Amino acid sequence: MAVFTRPRQAFAIAGVLGLALSATACGTGDDKKSDNAGSAECAAYEKYDGHDGKKVSIYASIRDAEADLLERSWSQFTDCTGIEIDYEGNAEFEAQLPVRVDGGNAPDLAFVPQPGLVKRFADAGKLKSLGADTKTMAEQNLPADWLKYGTVNGTLYGVPLGANVKSFVWYSPKLFKEKGWTVPTSWDDMIKLSDTIAATGVKPWCAGIESGDATGWPATDWIEDVVLRTQGPEVYDQWTTHAIPFNDPRIVDAVNRAGTILKNEKYMNGGFGGVKSIGTTAFGEAGLPVTTGRCAMHRQASFYANQFPEGTKVAEDGDAFAFYFPAIDAAKGKPVLGAGEFVVAYADRPEVQAVQTYLASSEYVNSRAKLGNWVTANNKLDIANVASPIDKLSVQILQDKTGTFRFDGSDLMPAAVGAGTFWKGMVEWINGKDTASVLQGIESSWK
Amino acid sequence: MTTATPTIAVGTQQTDGPKTTAGRVRKRLNSRTATLISIVIAVVWTIPTFGLFISSLRPEDEIKTTGWWTAFTNPQFTLENYQQVLFGRSSSSGQLASYFINSLAITIPSVLFPLAFASLAAYALAWINFRGRDWAYIAIFALQIVPLQMALVPLLKFFSTGVTVAGITLMPAWDLVDEQKFAQVWFAHTCFALPFAVYLLHNFISQLPGDLMEAARVDGAGHPKIFRTIVLPLITPALAAIGIFQFLWVWNDLLVALIFAGGGDETAPLTVRLAEMAGTRGNEWQRLTAGAFVSIVVPLIVFLSLQRYFVRGLLAGSVKG
Amino acid sequence: MEFDFAEEQPKFLMLMYGLIAFVAVVGGLLLLLDVVPAWFARRRETQLVAASASGAPLPRRPKQREGLFALFFMLPTVLLLTIGLVVPAIRTTLLSLMDKDSNEWVGLANYSWMFSDSSIIRVLTNSLIWVILVPLVATGFGLIYAVLVDKARFEAVAKSLIFLPMAISFVGASIIWKFVYAYRGDGDQIGLLNHIVVSLGGEPKQWLLESPLNTLLLIVIMIWIQAGFAMVVLSAAIKAIPGDIVEAARLDGVSPWQMFWQITMPTIRPALIVVVVTLSIATLKVFDIVRTATNGNYDTSVIANEMYNQAFRYGENGQGSALAVFLFILVIPIVIYQIRNLRQQREG
Repeated sequence: MAVFTRPRQAFAIAGVLGLALSATACGTGDDKKSDNAGSAECAAYEKYDGHDGKKVSIYASIRDAEADLLERSWSQFTDCTGIEIDYEGNAEFEAQLPVRVDGGNAPDLAFVPQPGLVKRFADAGKLKSLGADTKTMAEQNLPADWLKYGTVNGTLYGVPLGANVKSFVWYSPKLFKEKGWTVPTSWDDMIKLSDTIAATGVKPWCAGIESGDATGWPATDWIEDVVLRTQGPEVYDQWTTHAIPFNDPRIVDAVNRAGTILKNEKYMNGGFGGVKSIGTTAFGEAGLPVTTGRCAMHRQASFYANQFPEGTKVAEDGDAFAFYFPAIDAAKGKPVLGAGEFVVAYADRPEVQAVQTYLASSEYVNSRAKLGNWVTANNKLDIANVASPIDKLSVQILQDKTGTFRFDGSDLMPAAVGAGTFWKGMVEWINGKDTASVLQGIESSWK
Repeated sequence: MTTATPTIAVGTQQTDGPKTTAGRVRKRLNSRTATLISIVIAVVWTIPTFGLFISSLRPEDEIKTTGWWTAFTNPQFTLENYQQVLFGRSSSSGQLASYFINSLAITIPSVLFPLAFASLAAYALAWINFRGRDWAYIAIFALQIVPLQMALVPLLKFFSTGVTVAGITLMPAWDLVDEQKFAQVWFAHTCFALPFAVYLLHNFISQLPGDLMEAARVDGAGHPKIFRTIVLPLITPALAAIGIFQFLWVWNDLLVALIFAGGGDETAPLTVRLAEMAGTRGNEWQRLTAGAFVSIVVPLIVFLSLQRYFVRGLLAGSVKG
Repeated sequence: MEFDFAEEQPKFLMLMYGLIAFVAVVGGLLLLLDVVPAWFARRRETQLVAASASGAPLPRRPKQREGLFALFFMLPTVLLLTIGLVVPAIRTTLLSLMDKDSNEWVGLANYSWMFSDSSIIRVLTNSLIWVILVPLVATGFGLIYAVLVDKARFEAVAKSLIFLPMAISFVGASIIWKFVYAYRGDGDQIGLLNHIVVSLGGEPKQWLLESPLNTLLLIVIMIWIQAGFAMVVLSAAIKAIPGDIVEAARLDGVSPWQMFWQITMPTIRPALIVVVVTLSIATLKVFDIVRTATNGNYDTSVIANEMYNQAFRYGENGQGSALAVFLFILVIPIVIYQIRNLRQQREG
């Protein structure tokens, strides 16, 4: 395309055509550092110096308002170091990333929410292993439980970034107080409470698993939480790594146990209809009846706090809050199911490594946390920087050394299962298919 | 929207009509039923869009709790959804106007290139005698079935690594940045549009009257001259019609643009921004209602202003008469 | 945030480059085609003059000229199609014989998976239902409507209304219809279909959950979009029927019914074929509708949807490619039909 190499000529033509072209079209040079570089604020970023004017591209699924927060969170870093971060967020991220990578157009960094996908890229030799600084920073600041999920065949590729806690049940503290209900601390209490509420004519539970091309995932979270609670973390690990069959009797038990709530017409589906309406209810709307009193409990991750309409007070004494999804078998401990994203690198240029290191640093996590709506397992996060009550609770749970943390199982499984047959299987299960044949179907798809 | 064209004027002239009274009654009944049925179909066809339009003017709570028809008994209207779509609050995504300009910059060349190339090819396939032309035509026709999803990775590789055969670089990597990436999108859209455009244009061109060509040839005109002076003017309506289809396709495309241009406000088309409108977790879908209408406006204007070309004939017969 | 027009200038500049490139490429090609033959003609003239002067036999008119013209006319199309579609099609075929990471040859394993996995069989059946129903019904509707509104006073408006859905993207259309099919367990129905059912005294249903009804409901969306295409093409063909034929038939006292079958239908046959063929191919490739409306759940998936899932979401390149190749195979009957048509056309 030779025409692109002769801008001057084209400018002339543009002039002829009457398009006023000002000098702004020309580049302003490489120096991106702002004037306050070298000031006290920038002292913390000195170790990342030396990449002024370099560009680093980041690709992730975070977009819209959340992407604004993301860009603000590293603005000081880019001002001080002169590294330009070119961020792109897209809803089709999981499908688009492999296309770009295979097409030779990979971003420098990507925030991948699935350890399974990290493994796929690592196995295909597409990922760069961490630089020495990045590795040190990650190992200092992040719990081993988490690093394990970013490691493939003994090499650390993914640095954990954000996190969320999935073992939460949303409820309305106001409504509970009004009706004299108490927050259950054991599974049996929770069932008892459900029966009490059902007797008053209100459906105690609500759920929704419709989520576009990811439909089904909220149900898989349910199952995973119950497996963790009835069988313990070891069986959970065997299940997610396919050391035991997907339809192992213990898993069948757990799914049936989840079914006593999810597929119980007396309990479901407050504000939406019967059990089957779970399949077509958008997950974002599913918990909203909690604040209107048409449903009492909704099991969903910490990030559900963002779904409530503006003006909803999300706090222990507010319109909505969450309690820990209670343990079933005390002997299995207090397990926590969660998820998060991992920063992986497709390039090993020094500036890319600098950004990757920075994203694991104390400066970054606190800068991001101050903007709200975000938690991480990074132990450099100062809880004082976390404002919202639900985020505080999440951080406490994530930083609790006595808890057992397990990553969302469907993100660990191969995508064909974890983002395919498991999701679809759960949709069929909600729609009336029996547990045994659903799990059998998923098992046979896992090769 | 005037659709009357000289070519159909002959056909519209009515004769004296049926001679008997019964015949007259039957004819009137027939045309009444015809009118009735066509109105019913038109209404049924329009209701879903109309419902969406009403919805786009209703407040979020109302959309999510009651049907759009209740707006007639309990009118509550707002421009809030349009406000959010047009002046969205997300600073990282930039202004809708940027995306609008991107859409234009992507669409215009993506319509022109395939039209030009396809009409040249269609002419050759129809009027130049060369060996294997039927097979070439059938092959191009059959290429319509290749799902463009399967072409994304190889085409992206073509741009990002170039073409090297036996160690010789036939084409270097394109290495485009920012708005230069439009070129990749044009290229991709042109590739994907060609089979359909060649198929339709071949249908049209091959049925042009042969004696026209013959006469020109006798006068000493070569293929380029015949193509420019005889064929091009005759196929203008078909080009306009196919142009509209291609325009609608490119304007509404999300996938090709995402892969070849990226999702930032420097290059991404309107569809990318509108897809984001649903909110990070899909819960703000009231904005989709307004977004859908914003994105329909331009194709609708294009269609309405070029509509008469459809009537003049997308297909051959029209010039034969 | 102010809208900064200056920032948009590079885009206009780029658009202009594109337009310049367009003019350069197309104009250059036409110019080349004009100049080169003229040069050949001049050379031939000199040869002729020289030959007649020397009394040597006249050189024969070169034969390959037609082929040369064809080559230049076809060059851009052939080049682009090779890069953009032929190479990918070959690559896809090869990938379909390899494992999911495209490292090892696995023979026909992906194909035997395709025909043994019950959910995939369901997908293939669904695609079959789609490709039978959509072209037939959409063409039928388009034809009836084109005939009904032909020469009516409100024709332009009426046609625009039917064509309107064409201007909406598949995704947008699916969202519109999801509103129509929406279901609420308690409270008011917000979906039109359930609203109608309830006001007629029926029970509201979760339309998109009930197989095989849901596949038909998705097909309705495609028909809703494509009937406009059928209608404009067929209407144009109907208008092109020469007035004197219609006139003669009317004088013969032919009834409208006979007129339709004996005059309209045969005359617009080529247009009908174009519409049916185009719709069949578009339907085989349908993807966005299923993805947006149900994401292929509840037994509604079709080939293109499953292909996308396998190849891009699950990382199963082999299986995804095998499904794509199956699409190629499905189009063969249409291609054969097209060949037959072409033959008839050449003979007739």
